[in-house]
Amino acid sequence: MRARLASATTRAVNAASRRLGRGQGTVAGGRAGLRLDPKLLEHLSAGRQVALVTGTNGKTTTTRLLTVALGATGDAVVSNETGSNMPPGHVAALAGSHAARAVLEVDEVYLPRVLTATTAAAVVLLNLSRDQLDRTNEVRMVAGRWRAALAAAPHTHVVANADDPLVAWSAGVARDVHWVGAGLRWQFDAVGCPACEGRIEFNEAGWSCAGCGFARPGPEATLVLSADGAAGGVWADGRTHPVRLTLPGRFNQANALMATVAAEACGVDAFTALEAMEHVEQVAGRFTVRSFGAVQARLMLAKNPAGWDELLDLVAGSDAPLVVSINARVADGADPSWLWDVPYERLVGRAVVATGDRFRDLSVRLHYAGVAHTTEPDPVQAVAKAADGTGAVVDVIGNYTAFHDLLGAPQ
Amino acid sequence: MSGPLRVAVVYPDLLGTYGDGGNGLILARRAEWRGIDAELLQAASDRALPEADIYCLGGGEDGPQVRAARMLIDDGTLARRVAGGAVVLAVCAGFQVVGRSFPGADGEPHEGVGLLDVETVKGTGPRAVGEVVAEPEGIEGLPVLTGFENHGGRTRLGEGTVALGRVTSGIGNGDGGGEGAVGGRVVGTYLHGPVLARNPALADLLLSWALADADLEPLDDSASESLRDERLGVGRRKGRRRGRK
Repeated sequence: MRARLASATTRAVNAASRRLGRGQGTVAGGRAGLRLDPKLLEHLSAGRQVALVTGTNGKTTTTRLLTVALGATGDAVVSNETGSNMPPGHVAALAGSHAARAVLEVDEVYLPRVLTATTAAAVVLLNLSRDQLDRTNEVRMVAGRWRAALAAAPHTHVVANADDPLVAWSAGVARDVHWVGAGLRWQFDAVGCPACEGRIEFNEAGWSCAGCGFARPGPEATLVLSADGAAGGVWADGRTHPVRLTLPGRFNQANALMATVAAEACGVDAFTALEAMEHVEQVAGRFTVRSFGAVQARLMLAKNPAGWDELLDLVAGSDAPLVVSINARVADGADPSWLWDVPYERLVGRAVVATGDRFRDLSVRLHYAGVAHTTEPDPVQAVAKAADGTGAVVDVIGNYTAFHDLLGAPQ
Repeated sequence: MSGPLRVAVVYPDLLGTYGDGGNGLILARRAEWRGIDAELLQAASDRALPEADIYCLGGGEDGPQVRAARMLIDDGTLARRVAGGAVVLAVCAGFQVVGRSFPGADGEPHEGVGLLDVETVKGTGPRAVGEVVAEPEGIEGLPVLTGFENHGGRTRLGEGTVALGRVTSGIGNGDGGGEGAVGGRVVGTYLHGPVLARNPALADLLLSWALADADLEPLDDSASESLRDERLGVGRRKGRRRGRK
């Protein structure tokens, strides 16, 4: 009874909030519902097959890919697709749907609580690296909390990136792990062994600790890349499937393979899952081309050094004008010191405009990187400034709230 | 000094989590921009620590911090070079590592390198996270210091060791209002940002120490000055709000 009232309240507040134009109406309603029934997430999850997706980078895209894959069977699937990835967002999504399957993106810090509340059928662990350290404090603290939560969830299929030592350490205690060789470009948070504080050595074959022998688990499926950018999944049981996506980037091919193995764990075959993912064109605005007045801009999101490392690769070949927008609001982390971990030196020679709330921090970083740039506090003005009347499509990379500011800015 | 000015970022694989590697880059660039030959060394923990004129240590996580301290003690180069006049800038976990002792993840004390007479213990209150403003104390002639702290330790200074600054907003060492410590040519601080991006005068002071107290010509620091103005404004407003509570 209490759960029904709380669930109805969640829907009502969300609807009101949307009518009033106060955002996407997923957090306010969820909060109201959880106040009435603190166990609302437990109640709304009961009787559904719930899959969770977490990690530092790729959560939103992988959640979308897995949602599409599970939906390919014709089943209704509910997901928190607005990106509200804490319990109020989960409650809001579930309260609005009777779908028997749910795919929830989960904030790294909230995974233990959400895993317990939903008794998830599957959880996808993508990667762990430095992000919002003012809130998460230490990457290893997050890994330790995951490990404790997974040890207490024996009925959950754990789909884990075998190439990330911190993920492998967390997932190693789980009873049923599907290891995926999804790759790990950013390795700087995983040099110290999480098991013994020895040194992790990375090589072509994987990684291992010289101190305690902790090593990369043998994967059930591995992402194999060819020189032309094509990718395929190779399964230990001999199957192979091409990973064809409309979405760009190696990191998205890795996300797709993780989602495929999770789909298999949820009863959907790999071929069906991959075929469905192929048609996803954009996820929550990432890589969208939109116009600001007469100027066209391609919007990209990179919110931490690992994400930037991947994205700089993707834009390196282009000579499009580039806008970089950096904020340090709550969802971004209050300390943009991480800008100094990003190899902005690779932008030397590009025309860059620095913008966002923290354009001054970025400007100092670019100054020492030797990147000639101009500054413009207003992001929309910055896009116009970068285009400079040339008609070129401007590349825009923002961190979390900076990206969303531009995505939501008036046309 | 013979050969280029050598700036070493110490164990970026262990003490490189909080963006402090930027301090080494800033020192090297500021030397080069003045026509001084400089070499920036990323001194990873899988080999012996190289000989250098300035060593920069940064923030890291509890486990890797313990490992870094043990390796620096066993390696011996850092203490020997400091005895020979090398300059050290040590931030956050790095600051704790160059002290006499600091807590591991379990709160148990671990031996530090002992370059500064300071001891760190696990704090009892909430973690110190946020903007810091500090009036310089241990070094004359520096302008006000700005940075961002993120630590759980409380650091007590030994007798005869002076704080780098006196906190006017934020927590700092968490022991009587001091921020950081200075002993000889070793500077410890809790300030990220990185600290030298926000405080270029401190960067030039460290450089002048390493260059036999050379007078350094001024550089165009307009980007840093603009950042300082912004951050000091934010830090002071926060300080006033905290003061009203």
